[in-house]
Amino acid sequence: MDVFDKLKILTDAAKYDVACTSSGVDKKASRGGIGNATACGICHSFAADGRCISLLKVLMTNACTYDCQYCVNRRSNDTPRAAFTPRELAELTINFYRRNYIEGLFLSSGIQRNPDYTCEQMIEALRILREEYRFSGYIHAKAIPGADSVLISRLGMLADRMSVNIELPSQSSLKLLAPDKSKHSILAPMGYIQNRIQENTTDLVRYRHAPRFAPAGQSTQMIVGATPETDFQILNLTEGLYKKYKLKRVFFSAYMPVSDSALLPSTDTKPPLLREHRLYQADWLLRFYGFSANEILDAGHQSFNPYIDPKCNWALNHMERFPMEINRAPYAELLRVPGIGVTGAKRIVAARRTGPLNFDGLKKLGVVLKRAQYFITCGGKIADGLKITQDAALRSLMSDTALGMYQRGAGFEPEQLSLFEQPRLTQEDVRKCLTGQI
Amino acid sequence: MPDRSNLIYCYDGSFDGLLCCVFESYEKREIPADIFSPDTEQTVLLPQREIVTDPKKSARVLASIPGKMGNDALDFVRHAYLTCLPRKELFILLFLRMGFSCGPRVMNMLADDVVNTLFKAVKHLTNEAHLLKGFLRFSVFDGALAAEIEPKNLVLPLLAPHFRERYPEERFLIYDRTHSMALIYQPYRSKIISADDFRMPEPDEEERSFREFWRLFYSTIEVQGRHNPKCRMSHMPKRYWSCMTEFGAERSTGKKQELPGGPKLLNGSGL
Repeated sequence: MDVFDKLKILTDAAKYDVACTSSGVDKKASRGGIGNATACGICHSFAADGRCISLLKVLMTNACTYDCQYCVNRRSNDTPRAAFTPRELAELTINFYRRNYIEGLFLSSGIQRNPDYTCEQMIEALRILREEYRFSGYIHAKAIPGADSVLISRLGMLADRMSVNIELPSQSSLKLLAPDKSKHSILAPMGYIQNRIQENTTDLVRYRHAPRFAPAGQSTQMIVGATPETDFQILNLTEGLYKKYKLKRVFFSAYMPVSDSALLPSTDTKPPLLREHRLYQADWLLRFYGFSANEILDAGHQSFNPYIDPKCNWALNHMERFPMEINRAPYAELLRVPGIGVTGAKRIVAARRTGPLNFDGLKKLGVVLKRAQYFITCGGKIADGLKITQDAALRSLMSDTALGMYQRGAGFEPEQLSLFEQPRLTQEDVRKCLTGQI
Repeated sequence: MPDRSNLIYCYDGSFDGLLCCVFESYEKREIPADIFSPDTEQTVLLPQREIVTDPKKSARVLASIPGKMGNDALDFVRHAYLTCLPRKELFILLFLRMGFSCGPRVMNMLADDVVNTLFKAVKHLTNEAHLLKGFLRFSVFDGALAAEIEPKNLVLPLLAPHFRERYPEERFLIYDRTHSMALIYQPYRSKIISADDFRMPEPDEEERSFREFWRLFYSTIEVQGRHNPKCRMSHMPKRYWSCMTEFGAERSTGKKQELPGGPKLLNGSGL
């Protein structure tokens, strides 16, 4: 089999992993070497599904001894198999990198023979890149659960970021769909990586040139919509992962049916893209806006509102905190206004030092007044000619698509129907699960 | 102060020349209606005054900017000069006049029309440069790298440090079709020159096969169940596509490509 076919098979097998950022670390090539990484990350292209391509995302091999039901590479699936040699992979990476196609490598793998062997193959590919090519570009490596900690440690010294996928948001789902994995087998390497990163930080304080272990930190991904966990449960888990394991990112992947298993949603299920989108919006609120999971959803509200985003939803339920005076409100409070983002809030804080801001000025700073005007005052006044009614506020908070849905009532188009029915579908799943139907 | 709204300054198009316009404006206590560079299409019949570039005058203005309004403001003005904003010269002059009178806080006066217009233009420039750090595609010819771009703003000075750091040991060239300029680099030295009529050489076998590999990767990585061309377009506007390998069709053979480098690569453990 030639490399062209291998690339096709091993790209196809890796594409369901959603992590693709190259951010989190800033470094330059050493003399005689090649490659740099920028803290903000660089997207090199966008695929026709609208997702960013920044890394050569492939598997070392898609041959796997595991049989996880949701996975396209499971042992029982009849699919062509291939494996890169470490050198083929390293040369492909360098040649793509030189042409500025990519920012680096995202390397994952099926479990070939055993976890240790698989991990050794990945280490060898990374060693060729780092030592022979003196490559300083970005490398994201998937930690192989079950591999010896010495190997994980070596992998982490060669990579910029490591990740272990949670895969499914609860232990019972794992047991059902990924019988070869357990909560322990996932959390153990995650904890180990977290400890190594922490130890390494101490080393770096003591010895400035100590080699760095996964300097861009650790991330994870979980599949949404294959199993009955609610948005609230997923968001709480996410918050826990940020707090307990100091993860840099948690990625969500709308379940894409890849197998006809009785345990999974049927193969004609549309992926719950809206739900995934809402989770990312909420994730942003956790990481950059100072929200806690309990503020966004709670036991009584387990699912996201399909019509409006989590921040608007929160604001509508906390009208007692508004309107907010734009010339006085502290930064953290400004962040809670719909229509004001991190950039907008920073600009407001900077600009109001030079003089009072009015609505016209806010518009120039990039504040989305259409949404913000219902929640703010400028110099004690609300926007000219604005009548605050619940209906008007609600409409202006919805996206155009959502407003369309809302106005058309039940007459959704079929494609959109599946998106917006999703939260209800999931609750049905919960019920089924509780009554033992799943 | 007399606002000479019927007078036009003409300068040589250089940054130094623009600073001399600022000098002139202070010396004569006047604000011109507009400032023309040699590239400006002149459709007005207002009286024009030639501003001669004098290194002494420009040096005085240049030295006073960081002192009066901070280094950030100087960087900002240098960036503003690279933008494709219509009448950018006049906006820069007005900005500097504000900065000289009110100091470093000019950088925070984001609700002011002049400051805001320039901020947006600079944002457009830095945004375009950031996108091109990713969207630019090199081809390898005789071991050297060459790329073409069609930016709206003058992004080469912003791209230079990034690619110098990325490929310190390579020789490369980036050609800006819009402005007929090229950034050339060989280890540890780079410069920007004006260059008309640059043509990319014909790709060799190896170059063609890597383009093919990349197109294969690009088309395979899409998850069909999430097909969303509108989303792609908003992240990667179509005007960039013409210079990108993944959207180019190769005139060549059409036969399946081997990974160049020969059989040594292919003796691996294919399953």
